[in-house]
Amino acid sequence: MHDEPDGELELTSALVPLFVIAKGRALPAENEYEHTTLVTAREGTSAAARTLSPEARAVMDLIAEGFLSVAEVSGYTRLPLGIVRILLAQMADDGLIFVRNPAPRDQRADRELLTAVLDGLKTRFGA
Amino acid sequence: MYLDPAVSRSVKVLVVGHFAVGKTTFIGSISEIEPLQTEEEITEASEGLDDLSETPDKSTTTVAMDFGRLTLSDTLVLYLFGTPGQERFKEMWEGLSRGALGALVLVDPKRLHESFPVLDLVEQFGLTYAIGVNRFDGTPDYPLDEVREALNLTEETPVVHCDVRDEDSAAQSLITLVKHLMSTLG
Repeated sequence: MHDEPDGELELTSALVPLFVIAKGRALPAENEYEHTTLVTAREGTSAAARTLSPEARAVMDLIAEGFLSVAEVSGYTRLPLGIVRILLAQMADDGLIFVRNPAPRDQRADRELLTAVLDGLKTRFGA
Repeated sequence: MYLDPAVSRSVKVLVVGHFAVGKTTFIGSISEIEPLQTEEEITEASEGLDDLSETPDKSTTTVAMDFGRLTLSDTLVLYLFGTPGQERFKEMWEGLSRGALGALVLVDPKRLHESFPVLDLVEQFGLTYAIGVNRFDGTPDYPLDEVREALNLTEETPVVHCDVRDEDSAAQSLITLVKHLMSTLG
Protein backbone atom coordinates (compact mmCIF):
# COMPACT_ATOMS: atom_id res chain seq x y z
CA MET A 1 0.00 0.00 0.00
CA HIS A 2 1.28 3.42 -0.92
CA ASP A 3 0.66 6.61 0.90
CA GLU A 4 -0.95 9.05 -1.46
CA PRO A 5 0.05 12.69 -1.21
CA ASP A 6 -2.63 14.66 0.57
CA GLY A 7 -3.47 16.74 -2.46
CA GLU A 8 -4.80 13.72 -4.26
CA LEU A 9 -7.09 12.74 -1.46
CA GLU A 10 -9.18 15.84 -1.75
CA LEU A 11 -12.80 14.93 -2.15
CA THR A 12 -14.75 16.51 -4.93
CA SER A 13 -18.45 17.14 -4.85
CA ALA A 14 -19.03 14.26 -7.25
CA LEU A 15 -18.09 11.87 -4.47
CA VAL A 16 -20.66 13.29 -2.09
CA PRO A 17 -23.77 11.17 -2.45
CA LEU A 18 -26.58 13.14 -4.00
CA PHE A 19 -28.99 12.39 -1.14
CA VAL A 20 -26.54 14.10 1.20
CA ILE A 21 -26.53 17.26 -0.93
CA ALA A 22 -30.31 17.13 -1.06
CA LYS A 23 -30.45 16.44 2.69
CA GLY A 24 -33.07 13.81 2.08
CA ARG A 25 -35.57 16.26 0.62
CA ALA A 26 -37.86 15.07 -2.14
CA LEU A 27 -38.13 16.54 -5.61
CA PRO A 28 -40.55 19.46 -5.95
CA ALA A 29 -43.75 18.94 -7.96
CA GLU A 30 -43.12 18.27 -11.65
CA ASN A 31 -44.40 21.63 -12.78
CA GLU A 32 -42.20 23.56 -10.35
CA TYR A 33 -38.63 24.58 -11.07
CA GLU A 34 -38.79 23.34 -14.63
CA HIS A 35 -35.88 23.64 -17.08
CA THR A 36 -37.04 27.07 -18.22
CA THR A 37 -38.10 28.52 -14.87
CA LEU A 38 -36.03 31.65 -14.24
CA VAL A 39 -34.39 32.29 -10.88
CA THR A 40 -32.25 34.95 -9.24
CA ALA A 41 -31.06 35.65 -5.70
CA ARG A 42 -32.86 38.31 -3.70
CA GLU A 43 -30.75 41.23 -2.61
CA GLY A 44 -29.32 41.17 0.87
CA THR A 45 -29.24 37.41 1.15
CA SER A 46 -25.47 36.93 1.05
CA ALA A 47 -25.26 36.68 4.84
CA ALA A 48 -27.87 33.92 4.89
CA ALA A 49 -26.11 32.19 2.01
CA ARG A 50 -23.00 31.73 4.13
CA THR A 51 -24.74 29.10 6.21
CA LEU A 52 -25.80 27.03 3.20
CA SER A 53 -24.25 23.79 2.01
CA PRO A 54 -21.41 24.23 -0.51
CA GLU A 55 -23.70 23.18 -3.36
CA ALA A 56 -26.48 25.55 -2.37
CA ARG A 57 -23.93 28.33 -1.94
CA ALA A 58 -22.57 27.64 -5.43
CA VAL A 59 -26.09 28.07 -6.77
CA MET A 60 -26.63 31.29 -4.78
CA ASP A 61 -23.29 32.73 -5.94
CA LEU A 62 -24.17 31.95 -9.54
CA ILE A 63 -27.58 33.61 -9.47
CA ALA A 64 -26.55 36.56 -7.29
CA GLU A 65 -25.87 38.70 -10.37
CA GLY A 66 -29.00 38.10 -12.39
CA PHE A 67 -31.64 35.78 -13.80
CA LEU A 68 -30.77 32.37 -15.25
CA SER A 69 -32.94 29.38 -16.12
CA VAL A 70 -32.93 26.32 -13.89
CA ALA A 71 -31.27 24.42 -16.77
CA GLU A 72 -28.47 27.00 -16.91
CA VAL A 73 -27.97 26.75 -13.14
CA SER A 74 -27.55 23.00 -13.58
CA GLY A 75 -25.22 23.49 -16.56
CA TYR A 76 -22.91 26.05 -14.94
CA THR A 77 -22.72 24.37 -11.52
CA ARG A 78 -22.53 20.87 -13.06
CA LEU A 79 -25.01 19.71 -10.47
CA PRO A 80 -27.65 17.25 -11.70
CA LEU A 81 -30.93 18.92 -12.57
CA GLY A 82 -32.82 17.06 -9.84
CA ILE A 83 -30.45 18.34 -7.16
CA VAL A 84 -30.70 21.90 -8.46
CA ARG A 85 -34.50 21.72 -8.35
CA ILE A 86 -34.48 20.48 -4.75
CA LEU A 87 -32.00 23.16 -3.67
CA LEU A 88 -33.98 25.93 -5.39
CA ALA A 89 -37.25 24.81 -3.79
CA GLN A 90 -35.60 25.03 -0.39
CA MET A 91 -34.10 28.45 -1.17
CA ALA A 92 -37.49 29.74 -2.27
CA ASP A 93 -39.02 28.47 0.99
CA ASP A 94 -36.27 30.31 2.86
CA GLY A 95 -37.01 33.51 0.95
CA LEU A 96 -33.60 33.63 -0.72
CA ILE A 97 -34.63 33.73 -4.38
CA PHE A 98 -37.10 35.20 -6.87
CA VAL A 99 -38.78 32.75 -9.25
CA ARG A 100 -40.36 33.46 -12.66
CA ASN A 101 -42.32 30.56 -14.07
CA PRO A 102 -42.20 29.72 -17.80
CA ALA A 103 -44.83 31.21 -20.06
CA PRO A 104 -47.97 29.10 -19.70
CA ARG A 105 -49.54 27.49 -22.75
CA ASP A 106 -53.06 28.58 -23.36
CA GLN A 107 -55.12 28.86 -26.50
CA ARG A 108 -55.67 32.59 -26.27
CA ALA A 109 -52.13 33.46 -25.25
CA ASP A 110 -50.43 31.21 -27.77
CA ARG A 111 -50.96 33.33 -30.85
CA GLU A 112 -49.50 36.39 -29.20
CA LEU A 113 -46.61 34.36 -27.81
CA LEU A 114 -45.83 32.66 -31.14
CA THR A 115 -46.00 36.00 -32.93
CA ALA A 116 -43.46 37.39 -30.48
CA VAL A 117 -41.21 34.34 -31.02
CA LEU A 118 -41.47 34.68 -34.81
CA ASP A 119 -40.78 38.43 -34.74
CA GLY A 120 -37.82 37.83 -32.45
CA LEU A 121 -36.32 35.20 -34.73
CA LYS A 122 -36.83 37.39 -37.82
CA THR A 123 -35.24 40.41 -36.16
CA ARG A 124 -32.35 38.38 -34.89
CA PHE A 125 -31.58 36.53 -38.09
CA GLY A 126 -32.69 39.15 -40.57
CA ALA A 127 -35.20 36.90 -42.30
CA MET B 1 -24.33 35.28 -19.37
CA TYR B 2 -27.31 36.64 -17.40
CA LEU B 3 -30.71 37.40 -18.85
CA ASP B 4 -31.86 40.97 -19.11
CA PRO B 5 -33.77 41.69 -15.89
CA ALA B 6 -36.81 42.63 -18.01
CA VAL B 7 -37.06 39.11 -19.44
CA SER B 8 -40.26 37.85 -17.93
CA ARG B 9 -41.27 35.09 -20.34
CA SER B 10 -39.37 31.94 -21.19
CA VAL B 11 -40.38 29.40 -23.81
CA LYS B 12 -38.78 26.26 -25.18
CA VAL B 13 -38.55 24.27 -28.36
CA LEU B 14 -37.24 20.71 -28.48
CA VAL B 15 -34.63 19.84 -31.09
CA VAL B 16 -35.06 16.11 -31.42
CA GLY B 17 -33.62 13.32 -33.49
CA HIS B 18 -31.80 10.04 -33.36
CA PHE B 19 -28.21 9.58 -32.23
CA ALA B 20 -25.61 11.64 -34.15
CA VAL B 21 -28.15 13.37 -36.37
CA GLY B 22 -26.75 16.82 -35.57
CA LYS B 23 -28.76 18.10 -32.58
CA THR B 24 -25.71 19.35 -30.70
CA THR B 25 -24.26 21.02 -33.78
CA PHE B 26 -27.60 22.70 -34.52
CA ILE B 27 -27.78 24.15 -31.02
CA GLY B 28 -24.13 25.25 -31.16
CA SER B 29 -24.74 27.05 -34.47
CA ILE B 30 -27.63 29.13 -33.24
CA SER B 31 -27.30 29.56 -29.47
CA GLU B 32 -26.21 32.94 -28.05
CA ILE B 33 -24.47 31.18 -25.17
CA GLU B 34 -21.91 28.41 -25.35
CA PRO B 35 -24.17 25.34 -25.27
CA LEU B 36 -24.52 23.84 -21.81
CA GLN B 37 -25.48 20.43 -20.56
CA THR B 38 -27.84 19.30 -17.86
CA GLU B 39 -27.56 15.93 -16.28
CA GLU B 40 -30.93 14.26 -15.99
CA GLU B 41 -31.75 11.14 -14.07
CA ILE B 42 -33.78 8.40 -15.65
CA THR B 43 -34.66 4.98 -14.34
CA GLU B 44 -33.87 1.98 -16.45
CA ALA B 45 -34.58 -1.70 -16.16
CA SER B 46 -31.33 -3.39 -15.27
CA GLU B 47 -30.12 -5.76 -17.88
CA GLY B 48 -27.99 -7.89 -15.59
CA LEU B 49 -29.04 -11.40 -14.64
CA ASP B 50 -30.96 -11.19 -11.44
CA ASP B 51 -33.00 -14.37 -11.18
CA LEU B 52 -33.43 -14.05 -7.43
CA SER B 53 -35.47 -10.91 -7.60
CA GLU B 54 -39.11 -11.26 -8.46
CA THR B 55 -39.67 -7.69 -9.52
CA PRO B 56 -37.86 -6.22 -12.49
CA ASP B 57 -34.85 -4.44 -11.16
CA LYS B 58 -34.64 -0.75 -11.90
CA SER B 59 -31.58 1.36 -11.68
CA THR B 60 -30.99 5.05 -12.04
CA THR B 61 -28.73 6.41 -14.73
CA THR B 62 -27.98 9.90 -15.92
CA VAL B 63 -28.27 11.33 -19.40
CA ALA B 64 -26.51 14.51 -20.47
CA MET B 65 -28.63 16.84 -22.53
CA ASP B 66 -27.40 19.85 -24.52
CA PHE B 67 -29.25 23.10 -24.64
CA GLY B 68 -28.86 26.64 -25.87
CA ARG B 69 -30.50 30.03 -25.53
CA LEU B 70 -31.80 32.80 -27.77
CA THR B 71 -33.01 36.12 -26.37
CA LEU B 72 -35.80 37.19 -28.71
CA SER B 73 -36.88 40.52 -27.26
CA ASP B 74 -36.51 42.65 -24.13
CA THR B 75 -38.98 40.38 -22.39
CA LEU B 76 -38.78 37.01 -24.13
CA VAL B 77 -36.21 34.21 -24.14
CA LEU B 78 -36.25 30.93 -26.08
CA TYR B 79 -34.44 27.81 -24.93
CA LEU B 80 -33.58 24.98 -27.30
CA PHE B 81 -33.23 21.52 -25.82
CA GLY B 82 -31.48 18.78 -27.76
CA THR B 83 -33.56 15.80 -26.81
CA PRO B 84 -32.46 12.24 -27.56
CA GLY B 85 -35.11 10.30 -29.42
CA GLN B 86 -34.70 6.78 -28.08
CA GLU B 87 -37.68 5.23 -26.40
CA ARG B 88 -35.68 4.62 -23.23
CA PHE B 89 -35.42 8.37 -22.70
CA LYS B 90 -39.19 8.73 -22.63
CA GLU B 91 -39.16 9.69 -18.95
CA MET B 92 -37.13 12.80 -19.79
CA TRP B 93 -39.62 13.78 -22.45
CA GLU B 94 -42.37 14.10 -19.89
CA GLY B 95 -40.76 17.08 -18.22
CA LEU B 96 -39.29 18.54 -21.38
CA SER B 97 -42.40 18.40 -23.51
CA ARG B 98 -44.57 20.11 -20.87
CA GLY B 99 -45.13 23.66 -22.06
CA ALA B 100 -42.89 23.22 -25.12
CA LEU B 101 -44.02 25.24 -28.15
CA GLY B 102 -43.18 22.39 -30.50
CA ALA B 103 -40.37 20.24 -31.85
CA LEU B 104 -37.92 20.45 -34.70
CA VAL B 105 -37.19 16.89 -35.81
CA LEU B 106 -33.78 16.53 -37.44
CA VAL B 107 -33.42 13.61 -39.81
CA ASP B 108 -30.54 12.06 -41.73
CA PRO B 109 -31.79 11.14 -45.22
CA LYS B 110 -29.47 8.15 -45.24
CA ARG B 111 -30.92 6.75 -42.03
CA LEU B 112 -34.57 7.64 -42.27
CA HIS B 113 -35.71 4.45 -40.54
CA GLU B 114 -33.97 5.63 -37.37
CA SER B 115 -36.37 8.56 -37.23
CA PHE B 116 -39.47 6.44 -36.72
CA PRO B 117 -39.03 5.98 -32.94
CA VAL B 118 -38.40 9.73 -32.70
CA LEU B 119 -41.61 10.58 -34.55
CA ASP B 120 -43.47 8.12 -32.34
CA LEU B 121 -42.35 9.97 -29.24
CA VAL B 122 -43.12 13.39 -30.68
CA GLU B 123 -46.64 12.22 -31.50
CA GLN B 124 -47.15 10.46 -28.17
CA PHE B 125 -46.37 13.70 -26.39
CA GLY B 126 -48.66 15.68 -28.68
CA LEU B 127 -45.95 18.01 -29.97
CA THR B 128 -46.48 19.87 -33.21
CA TYR B 129 -43.36 19.52 -35.35
CA ALA B 130 -41.47 20.35 -38.52
CA ILE B 131 -38.80 18.21 -40.18
CA GLY B 132 -35.28 19.47 -40.87
CA VAL B 133 -33.39 17.25 -43.30
CA ASN B 134 -29.74 17.63 -42.41
CA ARG B 135 -27.15 18.12 -45.12
CA PHE B 136 -24.09 15.96 -44.79
CA ASP B 137 -20.82 16.64 -46.55
CA GLY B 138 -20.55 15.27 -50.04
CA THR B 139 -24.15 14.19 -50.32
CA PRO B 140 -26.55 15.84 -52.74
CA ASP B 141 -29.70 17.37 -51.30
CA TYR B 142 -32.17 14.61 -50.84
CA PRO B 143 -35.54 15.17 -52.50
CA LEU B 144 -37.85 16.43 -49.76
CA ASP B 145 -40.85 14.65 -51.26
CA GLU B 146 -39.09 11.34 -50.79
CA VAL B 147 -38.45 12.14 -47.15
CA ARG B 148 -42.09 13.04 -46.67
CA GLU B 149 -43.21 9.83 -48.26
CA ALA B 150 -40.69 7.60 -46.48
CA LEU B 151 -41.63 9.06 -43.11
CA ASN B 152 -45.35 8.96 -43.81
CA LEU B 153 -45.82 12.63 -43.02
CA THR B 154 -49.02 14.57 -43.48
CA GLU B 155 -49.17 17.20 -46.19
CA GLU B 156 -49.26 19.94 -43.59
CA THR B 157 -46.01 18.92 -41.90
CA PRO B 158 -43.24 21.21 -43.16
CA VAL B 159 -40.12 19.45 -44.48
CA VAL B 160 -37.07 21.66 -45.12
CA HIS B 161 -33.37 21.27 -45.78
CA CYS B 162 -31.30 22.25 -42.80
CA ASP B 163 -27.54 22.57 -42.63
CA VAL B 164 -27.06 22.24 -38.88
CA ARG B 165 -23.60 23.85 -39.08
CA ASP B 166 -24.98 27.02 -40.56
CA GLU B 167 -26.61 29.65 -38.35
CA ASP B 168 -28.92 31.01 -41.03
CA SER B 169 -30.02 27.60 -42.17
CA ALA B 170 -30.70 26.56 -38.57
CA ALA B 171 -32.62 29.81 -38.01
CA GLN B 172 -34.72 29.25 -41.13
CA SER B 173 -35.74 25.81 -39.88
CA LEU B 174 -36.84 27.30 -36.57
CA ILE B 175 -38.80 30.02 -38.35
CA THR B 176 -40.49 27.34 -40.46
CA LEU B 177 -41.47 25.50 -37.30
CA VAL B 178 -42.87 28.61 -35.60
CA LYS B 179 -44.91 29.55 -38.69
CA HIS B 180 -46.28 26.02 -38.73
CA LEU B 181 -47.17 26.27 -35.03
CA MET B 182 -49.11 29.44 -35.77
CA SER B 183 -50.95 27.83 -38.67
CA THR B 184 -52.12 24.98 -36.45
CA LEU B 185 -53.72 27.32 -33.91
CA GLY B 186 -56.79 27.56 -36.11
